[in-house]
Amino acid sequence: MKLTLKIWRQPGSGAPGRFERHELDGVSPDMSFLEMLDFLNERLIRQGKEPVAFDHDCREGICGSCSLVINGRAHGPASGVASCQLHMRRFSDGDTIVIEPWRARAFPVIRDLVVDRGALDRIIQAGGYVSVSTGGVPDANAMPVPKPRAEEAMDAAACIGCGACVAACPNASAMLFVAAKVAHLALLPPGEVERERRAGAMVRRMDAEGFGNCTNHFECMAACPKSIHVKFIATLNREFLRASFRPR
Amino acid sequence: MGLDAKIPPGPLPQKWERHRDRLRLVSPANKRKYRVIVVGSGLAGASAAATLAELGYHVDCICFQDSARRAHSISAQGGINAAKNYRNDGDSVERLFHDTIKGGDFRSREANVYRLAQVSGLIIDQCVAQGVPFAREYGGLLANRSFGGAQVSRTFYARGQTGQQLLLGAYQALLRQVDAGGVRMRPRTEMLDLVVAGGAARGVIVRDLVSGEVSAMAGDAVVLATGGYSNVYYLSTNARGCNVTAIHRAWRRGAWLANPCLTQIHPTCIPAAGEHQSKLTLMSESLRNDGRIWVPSRAGDARPPADIPESERDYYLERIYPAYGNLAPRDIASRRAKEACDEGRGVGATGQGVYLDFSDALARLGEGVIRERYGNLFQMYDEITGENPYQSPMRIYPAPHYTMGGVWVDYHLMSTVPGLFVIGEANFSDHGANRLGASALMQGLADGYFILPYTIGDYLAGIAPGAVGADHAAFGAASEEVRMRLRRLLSVGGRKPAQAFHRELGALLWDTCGMARSRQGLTQALARIPALREEFWTGVGVPGRNEELNQALEYAGRVADFLEFAEVMCRDALAREESCGSHFRVEHQTPEGEARRHDEEFCHVAVWEYQGAGREPAAHREPLAFEHVPLAQRSYTS
Repeated sequence: MKLTLKIWRQPGSGAPGRFERHELDGVSPDMSFLEMLDFLNERLIRQGKEPVAFDHDCREGICGSCSLVINGRAHGPASGVASCQLHMRRFSDGDTIVIEPWRARAFPVIRDLVVDRGALDRIIQAGGYVSVSTGGVPDANAMPVPKPRAEEAMDAAACIGCGACVAACPNASAMLFVAAKVAHLALLPPGEVERERRAGAMVRRMDAEGFGNCTNHFECMAACPKSIHVKFIATLNREFLRASFRPR
Repeated sequence: MGLDAKIPPGPLPQKWERHRDRLRLVSPANKRKYRVIVVGSGLAGASAAATLAELGYHVDCICFQDSARRAHSISAQGGINAAKNYRNDGDSVERLFHDTIKGGDFRSREANVYRLAQVSGLIIDQCVAQGVPFAREYGGLLANRSFGGAQVSRTFYARGQTGQQLLLGAYQALLRQVDAGGVRMRPRTEMLDLVVAGGAARGVIVRDLVSGEVSAMAGDAVVLATGGYSNVYYLSTNARGCNVTAIHRAWRRGAWLANPCLTQIHPTCIPAAGEHQSKLTLMSESLRNDGRIWVPSRAGDARPPADIPESERDYYLERIYPAYGNLAPRDIASRRAKEACDEGRGVGATGQGVYLDFSDALARLGEGVIRERYGNLFQMYDEITGENPYQSPMRIYPAPHYTMGGVWVDYHLMSTVPGLFVIGEANFSDHGANRLGASALMQGLADGYFILPYTIGDYLAGIAPGAVGADHAAFGAASEEVRMRLRRLLSVGGRKPAQAFHRELGALLWDTCGMARSRQGLTQALARIPALREEFWTGVGVPGRNEELNQALEYAGRVADFLEFAEVMCRDALAREESCGSHFRVEHQTPEGEARRHDEEFCHVAVWEYQGAGREPAAHREPLAFEHVPLAQRSYTS
């Protein structure tokens, strides 16, 4: 396959960026999208040029490192997968592909396609946990959890924290990310104890980090590589409301 | 210096408890005077950092990823073992211990393994209390499944994302401590050297991966939780960032290495598609519960799988190992797959693959059940290969996955450098010559939650806090060495990408130090590696500067360390003149093609001491005594 790539290049967070055009020949349809970028980067290094910086690690859709906006869509054209799981057979010979980083005020660009997602960690830090320390906990089977409830908690817990929901949202809202964690923990008995405090603290932190509000575009669910459902945003709203009535 | 594993006296079942009660303690008021540096934020690192901070120590935790949550533990799919006996199928601490010793082919330490089995149940309790959404039965209690190398169902799981859920539990505990001020978390930070001053580990030299700044971090003890080195093979199931640098640098500073040649090749991975392949994707071993492995009986049979009648299929694991069938341990399943492919019976375009067939399970259980158990794995397979495993069998092939070898540690998980602790996959401790499925998560969390927090206290109680600061000369000297090496990498001036060298090294090791090893192949590898290293240092191209985010520079440094480390790995494989577990020396096999151990000569841990650049490492031995489980030739045939 022969492709035309338009890739966002930006030397540093303060510096202005621009699109750079590359003609890439010899791309195999069996390559993953990131392998295609490796292929480009090897070529750039052989020409003595600086390779394109992009975040990646596990390359199997679970670590949440990869973060590419491909042809205007977070994680590209396939649904339910991260950029790393996208394969070039999704594209056609002669295509032009535009590659950009996540764009959101809360995710400043570090370099090229690499952004700073520290805000997501700080939201979890604000309350996305159960306050138990190691040791002295009851037997794992002491508290039965109805299977459907456990399954729903797992549906929410599947979030990989990549930030595609933010990148896809016209408001750069992190509601789906926050909702997934709030719902996961509120659904399980150990997490229920702190549900009000958690929802309040995480939402306040989310606002402070500069994420926008949800106005029901649902682009987040479409972009989410784990297809996390927007119903959890309704759960978050209920939890937040509950928290404002019953502050703890 | 001799090797003292410091295994406590007394009967095996009481060793840990009695020893724990005798460990020195640091009082709550004094704990806050100590600072511990934890390198790595996977299951072992995050659980250790969180637990140490909960106890009151100051903790600095670093990881090279952009968030602690992205450590490679996140990729573990299948599950975590624990001797809970919730299934009433006869499981016990004793049995988990026994399976692990046998699975490791009698090359692990009895006392460590027993302790691991003892704390396994606590881990599940802890994780449930953190809100880990394990799979449950309709009655609301926890579900279990069986896993390779075991005849009981003791594996707890969260769909195919067990590692992710356990790591998120540990990560959340860690961030809770960050919020409480007990942990200073530094993501996008890479350890490039260990600082040893006055005979003890006192800190690390790190590079900030965004600014390029090289700086010193001082502490009272250093904990390495930096994972395994399967990426030495270039293609492995590990995340691309996984590397050997931290433990290799520690080795150069005096931490001895144990059994570096013991690396696990996982039987169920998606085969490589071509030269461009950058990593191999694991398909959880749990698939072997319901999938049947087969190849055509006849070599060169290129018919599509559906056209091959039952009578012309060879379900070789079921045939050779009727008691375990498709659940034979990983090393055996991998080697038999290679054998079938070497005989020309491999499937797929490359001939490097075997079928993993779900048609029987789909007929027996229905698509709904299979989807619930393995839906995400089937989807992943479809996405990568473009083939639908509900309709045609998966193709799988073995791939490097886990390294049993690592830094030598004693019963306290302390290396030969006082104050340097090594936990999780980075140490060599519990898996012997082959790790059983669902035991890596167990070991990482056992070390981090329930073992290290006790043993490190015993060490800290014996030293004065803050005795050596970052102003000590050893920090300055180590920082300068790190800076010089970075400058050297940037100034080679070649045009060949580090990836090309890495690929070449990987292919060499896969051929000579992979699933089958021979004296001849290893000797060739030992001659080739130094030459490849020389080519690297004269031909590698690293564009850009140090003072910026420079991924080519990060990667080149890691490849340079792999190029050094590969040598001790091959040397270890050459010295171990026997076959055991995953280490298969073609010269040492039974007429049936099974591994043949030589207990009289090799019932020991091979330990290597760095002697300086260009010099052969010194060989040491820690003899292994089997008092509880009698040494026996491992057999899975009946």
